[in-house]
Amino acid sequence: MIEIKDLHKSYQMGSNSLHVLKGIDFSVKEGELVAIMGSSGSGKSTLLNILGMLDEADSGSYFLDNVPIKGLNETKAAQYRNKFLGFVFQSFNLINYKTALENVALPLYYQRKKRKERTDKALSYLGKVGLADWATHLPSELSGGQKQRVAIARALAADPKVLLADEPTGALDSTTSYEVMDIIQNINDEGKTILVVTHEPDIANMCKRIVHLKDGVIVEDKEVEQVRASRYV
Amino acid sequence: MFDRDRWQEIFEAIGKNKLRTFLSGFTVALGILIFTVLLGLGNGLLNSFLSSFVDDAQNIIFINSGNTSKAYKGFQENRKIQFKNEDFEFIKSNYIGKVEFATPRVYRNGQAKYKRESGSYNIRAVNQDHQYLEKTIMMKGRYINEIDVKERSKNIVIGRLVEKDLFKNESALGKMLDVDGIPYKVVGVFQDSGGDNEERIIYIPFKTVQLLFGNNDHIDQINLSYNMAMSSEQAIAFADQIKDDLKEKFKVAPDDQSAIRVRSFAEDIKETMVILGGIYLIIFVVGIGTLISGVIGIGNIMTFSIKERTKELGIRKALGASPRSIIAMVLQESVLITSVAGYVGLLLGIFVLKLIGNNLEKFFILNPKVDTGVIIVATITLILAGLLAGYIPARRAARIKPIIALRDE
Repeated sequence: MIEIKDLHKSYQMGSNSLHVLKGIDFSVKEGELVAIMGSSGSGKSTLLNILGMLDEADSGSYFLDNVPIKGLNETKAAQYRNKFLGFVFQSFNLINYKTALENVALPLYYQRKKRKERTDKALSYLGKVGLADWATHLPSELSGGQKQRVAIARALAADPKVLLADEPTGALDSTTSYEVMDIIQNINDEGKTILVVTHEPDIANMCKRIVHLKDGVIVEDKEVEQVRASRYV
Repeated sequence: MFDRDRWQEIFEAIGKNKLRTFLSGFTVALGILIFTVLLGLGNGLLNSFLSSFVDDAQNIIFINSGNTSKAYKGFQENRKIQFKNEDFEFIKSNYIGKVEFATPRVYRNGQAKYKRESGSYNIRAVNQDHQYLEKTIMMKGRYINEIDVKERSKNIVIGRLVEKDLFKNESALGKMLDVDGIPYKVVGVFQDSGGDNEERIIYIPFKTVQLLFGNNDHIDQINLSYNMAMSSEQAIAFADQIKDDLKEKFKVAPDDQSAIRVRSFAEDIKETMVILGGIYLIIFVVGIGTLISGVIGIGNIMTFSIKERTKELGIRKALGASPRSIIAMVLQESVLITSVAGYVGLLLGIFVLKLIGNNLEKFFILNPKVDTGVIIVATITLILAGLLAGYIPARRAARIKPIIALRDE
């Protein structure tokens, strides 16, 4: 699903150049649930941004579902993001003046789906994360866990190939974190490929594979015995 | 542009961000309101200036005589200059091509009587050309004609208020009216926009008056209109030429100001046009200034709004919004707000002008309003202004990098 070879990325900080990613080789097969771990500054967010086409690598190759991701213009990148990727962010990033339902329906709007279809689909995904009754509520009326569940529903709405979650539990208490991870595991059980960036070992252990990043290189890549989040819920 | 979903998206964004919408709309509405009112008041000023000319033809020249103020060529000073019929003929035949209409005037006062009603009225003894010079509008009957003048007929034309005073509800047409003991036949009734006094006048053929009052050929005043093809400079020169010719004819000192007086509107019109040009320039500058500041206002608010929406636009881009769709959304929102707010401002402006109406007549503002052409141009300008004001912020919005927009604060 994801094929990365010798990926480099550096940022210009004034006159200094900061080498963040120093040759990453990494591949993810369909249906995997991968945790990317590392301390801050290890390059894990940069990697996720490149995977999410929000940023571009300086060198190296990146194939997503056998499509080369390189030198995309803004319009093309937007199209690919819409078609291939779903995003879940630490700070939820819901549009605050739109209801839960409208937020979930937004990616479908950019897929030019009909209004009726958008509403139906959005409602069914909200049901999937257990928030069908909250469809007409604004983000400000939802708890943190509920917001993240809406964000997950939104990421799923466009039926992406890969779900990218950047510290999805970073702003949540542990009980709520496990609820969210439970949902992520359930989605993965249905066959969706998911990448989770986290620095919490217990969250990482709920994935099937853990990749450790340190100073811009992968130092460890191992399969783990998945801990089911449902045990804690 | 006609994507229903996008409009829905925009209406949603507008509906849920009322303050932002109100602020940007307010600037535009205020700008257009000021522009409309300013333009209307300018037009009112113009109307007021023009109305001071409508009573008489604009290209009219008045020639009066008085007493000499200087001794000249063996004549004593304080000699009375009296125009006669031959002087009128002199003017008519001497300036062919330059004179359009010309009439002598003899002034009298007369006691007019019909049955039991009577009153004192100004009498003007004139010829057939006078109708065009005075812009007299006939309500019924006809004006004095050439035959009346030639045959010294006792046909007269009276003002609307003379008829109202003396004939009450009867029609004066064809009736005999007694003026200073002599019966005249009323052949016409006229109206005049110059006010009540202008409608309390009796016109009599000038040769009739010369015959009946004193049996002479004296004339008090000569009025003529010059060819409109002349520029105002040429008209001023023409008036001076008449003055010089008459001074020579009557042996009046060239620098004698009181014996022969020639007055035309040409100079007044020229001055007025200069003033009006100035007024229009000021209105134009202020109006354009207002519009520009309005456009800059929208631009600012849109820029601010984009900044405020950076996160939202970043999310939209992460979810698959193309730069084009972001530009279109911001532009359409800007154009919509500008057009609606501008239209509201326009309507308010027209309403204010209606309220003002003729209440400011004493400040020389008469019937202020803006015409449809200006409104159409203003509307198009608004839409263009909306596009212009929205474009730069929209471009900036499209360039927002989702990665930067979504960075946690």
